[in-house]
Amino acid sequence: MSIVTKLALAAGLATALSTAAFAQDISGKVIGFSQIGSESGWRAAETSVTRQEAEARGVDLKFADAQQKQENQIKAIRGFIAQGVDAILVAPVVATGWDEVLAEAKEAEIPVVLLDRGVDASEDLYMTAVMSDQVLEGRVAGEWLVNTVGTEECKVVELQGTVGSSPAISRKQGFEEAIAGHDNISIIRSQTGDFTRSKGKEVMEGFIKAENGGADICAVYAHNDDMAVGAIQAIKDAGLKPGTDILVVSIDAVPDIFTAIAAGEANATVELTPNMAGPAFDALGAYWANGTEPEKFIITESKLYTAEDDPAGEYERRKGLGY
Amino acid sequence: MAEAGYALEARGITKVFGLHVALDNVDFGLRPGEVHALLGENGAGKSTLIKILTGAYQPTLGQVVAEGVPVTLENPQQAQKYGIGTVYQEVNLLPNRSVAENLFLGHQPTRFGLVHRRKMEQDSRVILKRYGLDIDPASELGAHSVAVQQIVAIARAVELSGKVLILDEPTASLDRNEVERLFEIIRDLKSQGLAIVFITHFLDQVFAVADRVTILRNGKLIETRALDDMTRTDVVRLMLGKDVAFSGATAVEDARPLGDVLVEFKNYGRKRSVHPFNISIHKGEVVGVAGLLGSGRTEMARIMFGADAADEGSVTVAGKPASIARPTDAIAHGFGFCPEDRKAEGIFGDLSVRENIVIALQGKLGWFSALNRDEQMEIAGKFGEAMDIRAASLDMPIKLLSGGNQQKAILSRWLATDPDFLILDEPTRGIDVGAHAEIVRTINRLRDEGLALVVISSELDEVVAYSSRIVVMRDREMVAELNGENINPGVIVQAIANHREPAA
Amino acid sequence: MMRRFLSALASPQVIALVGVLLINWLLFPNFFRITWQDGRLFGSVIDVLNRGAPVAILAIGMVGVIATKGVDLSVGAVMAMAGAVAATMVVAGYPAPVAVAAALTVGLLCGLWNGFLVAVLDIQPIVATLVLMVAGRGIAQLITEGFIVTFNDPLLIFIGTGSFLGLPMAAVIAICLLILVTLLVRRTALGLFIEAVGVNRAAASLAGIRSRMLLFLVYGLSGLCAAIAGIIVAGDIRGADANNAGLWLELDAILAVVIGGTSLLGGRFSVPLAVVGAIIIQAMNTGILVSGFPPEFNLIVKAALIFLVLIIQSPMASRLVPTRLMTREGSK
Repeated sequence: MSIVTKLALAAGLATALSTAAFAQDISGKVIGFSQIGSESGWRAAETSVTRQEAEARGVDLKFADAQQKQENQIKAIRGFIAQGVDAILVAPVVATGWDEVLAEAKEAEIPVVLLDRGVDASEDLYMTAVMSDQVLEGRVAGEWLVNTVGTEECKVVELQGTVGSSPAISRKQGFEEAIAGHDNISIIRSQTGDFTRSKGKEVMEGFIKAENGGADICAVYAHNDDMAVGAIQAIKDAGLKPGTDILVVSIDAVPDIFTAIAAGEANATVELTPNMAGPAFDALGAYWANGTEPEKFIITESKLYTAEDDPAGEYERRKGLGY
Repeated sequence: MAEAGYALEARGITKVFGLHVALDNVDFGLRPGEVHALLGENGAGKSTLIKILTGAYQPTLGQVVAEGVPVTLENPQQAQKYGIGTVYQEVNLLPNRSVAENLFLGHQPTRFGLVHRRKMEQDSRVILKRYGLDIDPASELGAHSVAVQQIVAIARAVELSGKVLILDEPTASLDRNEVERLFEIIRDLKSQGLAIVFITHFLDQVFAVADRVTILRNGKLIETRALDDMTRTDVVRLMLGKDVAFSGATAVEDARPLGDVLVEFKNYGRKRSVHPFNISIHKGEVVGVAGLLGSGRTEMARIMFGADAADEGSVTVAGKPASIARPTDAIAHGFGFCPEDRKAEGIFGDLSVRENIVIALQGKLGWFSALNRDEQMEIAGKFGEAMDIRAASLDMPIKLLSGGNQQKAILSRWLATDPDFLILDEPTRGIDVGAHAEIVRTINRLRDEGLALVVISSELDEVVAYSSRIVVMRDREMVAELNGENINPGVIVQAIANHREPAA
Repeated sequence: MMRRFLSALASPQVIALVGVLLINWLLFPNFFRITWQDGRLFGSVIDVLNRGAPVAILAIGMVGVIATKGVDLSVGAVMAMAGAVAATMVVAGYPAPVAVAAALTVGLLCGLWNGFLVAVLDIQPIVATLVLMVAGRGIAQLITEGFIVTFNDPLLIFIGTGSFLGLPMAAVIAICLLILVTLLVRRTALGLFIEAVGVNRAAASLAGIRSRMLLFLVYGLSGLCAAIAGIIVAGDIRGADANNAGLWLELDAILAVVIGGTSLLGGRFSVPLAVVGAIIIQAMNTGILVSGFPPEFNLIVKAALIFLVLIIQSPMASRLVPTRLMTREGSK
């Protein structure tokens, strides 16, 4: 079984889990959450969604902000253990160095759920990890483009994330997998926009100049929405219509991209859900109810949003989350 | 000179740097169990000799002999092997490490390949006790006073070397009690048979602790003698090279007509720097300041100019009370100041000669009345020519000029501000003969034009020639004011050596 | 005057700039193509001016600081703060001129704070400005509450993306600042005083120069320039991105100043050449973008080019080339 099918299976299962009637009552449980910090809008949204999900389930959430430091996270986890919480959620800031503190939690028989990133530690030290599949995100974006352009010739420019970062590598890989075999679609230029609006805009300006004033570009694929927002401005500055003259597809589903989709300036985005806690709570509920051991990896859904998916409404739903 | 029983000997040492002869055929012998003072003004060659004896420099000619055996000292570590240890004025230990670590740095006792901390601290305690120090060896060195650090440095040098101890101005930053304590240690080490070289600017200390003295001047050996049969006056005379016996009163010109009092300092002083002094300076006169290095003469000049603020006393300029807390105040009153250390405090090395000359005037004018390039050229050209500055172009960086021409430029800088009162600290040190003459000529000219000047100089002949009065500094105190016939090198030397000898 | 202008053209920085532009042209033949579009000039060279403007503006402020033997590491963070202040204020309904004035004031105050630490408390500049480098971004994040604060205010957007006489507004602002600051330091005695303090602060003090006031001034100017750059960058993306605005740009600004021939040890400085340095850096960035190199090589290519530029203007190189060509004219 290939890793891709494994992940797809897991994704399906996760969807099943979250939708199925596993509404075990976990109200009154005390759960500690060690968050990395608030380095990005997505991270802030994850924090607020986690709080919302906890409140909806009546969970007493103990929140600890690690301000990007692993030592703070380890301290927080030890604190949770000392307080005797029922479970611990961790969004690990780095992959290594967790064995000892996770073993302490295991010793105390407190289940640990990793959110949104994995760790290099023995799998029996944590109960499960809730993550998105970044390759899948890229693939969903690519498949959207394949379906949209059909057999027409389409030259794509790509705005990569920070060079060497794992989302940049995976999202590039997924997109390339999706367009493989469709010879009418080719990536003609690919540069890093460092996940920021201003670099996204600058790089897109360069691409437009380099490709015949933008006339040769059929679509732009950005590894995150922020770069896409920057690129949209660059396209407009060049006198072209984003969304029409140049298709715009990106990943993350932050509120601002829905404004652009609603205005017809962007075409599609793939959601990286900030709701990692919901599936985690569900898994914990099932475990406490009848001892169900969850899968080791719970993969969140990578949902595609286009102009048909009520972008204005999505914007309203998301704008208060802290993006 | 091959006298037996020297612990360390320098024979016929000559050291040449480029074209400059720093030491010229100098012999120096150090006996076990003696304290040997090494004296001389700046540039006499003391530090060069010390660096040769400790292996930091290699002699151009001559030999270093340790206990009768000629040796070649490649570096200070090697000198240590021959038992030669040095303690510098600035303690060069590690203030953020423990006392014990400093004592044993580089040769810590080890056990299983690791530093044996406990043994190190025990040994340290024993050693420190010998020096009368009852401090915790584990404590941080920097937490202790400079005096204690100095003693730790001595202890380290003695433990490492054990035969010859060179103390390079060890007392410069110590107070009276601390100096006394240090002397006890020195006497104690002497009785243990150590040979000790002691370098200082304080004559009192030389007479308090030293047995013999070697005097250098301009790289030459002047004299090595037992101190018993010498007076202070003898020592100063040898250091400054003035033969008192032959220099009677110079032909005193008719008293120059003095102008009004321009600047008057009353009880002016600064704690830990210079004792309060009284002096009034008239228009059209040069007040010479004499004194050995470290006597407080530079400190006096700095507080006159506001470079350091006085913390007691008052000053009046042209009869009106003035407040001079910083150089800009002084400049506003028409003062100018050529500092002693031309390179560190005088010139702007990377800036052009032109800019170096106009900077003080521009500073006086402020930011917004900028002199344009042509005006700068004119001013720089005018004063440069008057001072005979030899530069290929006024636009070349001043650092490329000779010391004499740099000094002329700094003097021009102040003349451009049209000053009333100039303070010159060693204006003729380290410059060539031609520039020297030009500066002396300028001092005379300015005096005749009615400026008031204070000139600090070690060149007694020179001071005598242009001064209408001379004040003598000693131990940070103004100890004498000489007038009329007393303005002669002999009297000055006596006043520097001992103020109790009659001065006026 | 003409001769000095010509000798400035022969400066190693200008030669390096021409070299980088030529390389760009070889890699991308349309590099110099400029068209007129929607009432503005459009082309890669214009992009270089537009994108290079923020760093150029930072360099204009930084060069004075470096000339006094200091450095201002906080400019990137001040950019973020100024952008955050301007954006949150217009979003909160204040008129844009008020928001801009507030952002500039914040920048100026930041600069004066640095000046206070350096001039009065005598803290080493690199440490003193590090304080604000770290804290400033945090303050910016507090102001924006972690959001990218987007706005639609026409004035702010005009500052970031508008054009004047066909040139991008950012470039116009940079050019105006260049002229203003150059006049300020060269038509008054400030330039001379700054250089004097940088070469020898002890001697400057003895020569009657108020070095403290001067330090306040150069750091204040640096903070003000950083605020201007911050407003431009925010206007450009119609939003204040506290996490990323100005990130690492302090290093680009320092590099621009160094490429411009000002020594980190203080002393002689040139505002125009620092701006040329900023343009060189941006020309490289834009060149990499249009050349189609894989992004993995960006930093290596950039480092190699900077290395070359620094070699060209090193003292060693100037000894090998006829001195008449390389001599940089002094202060006036």
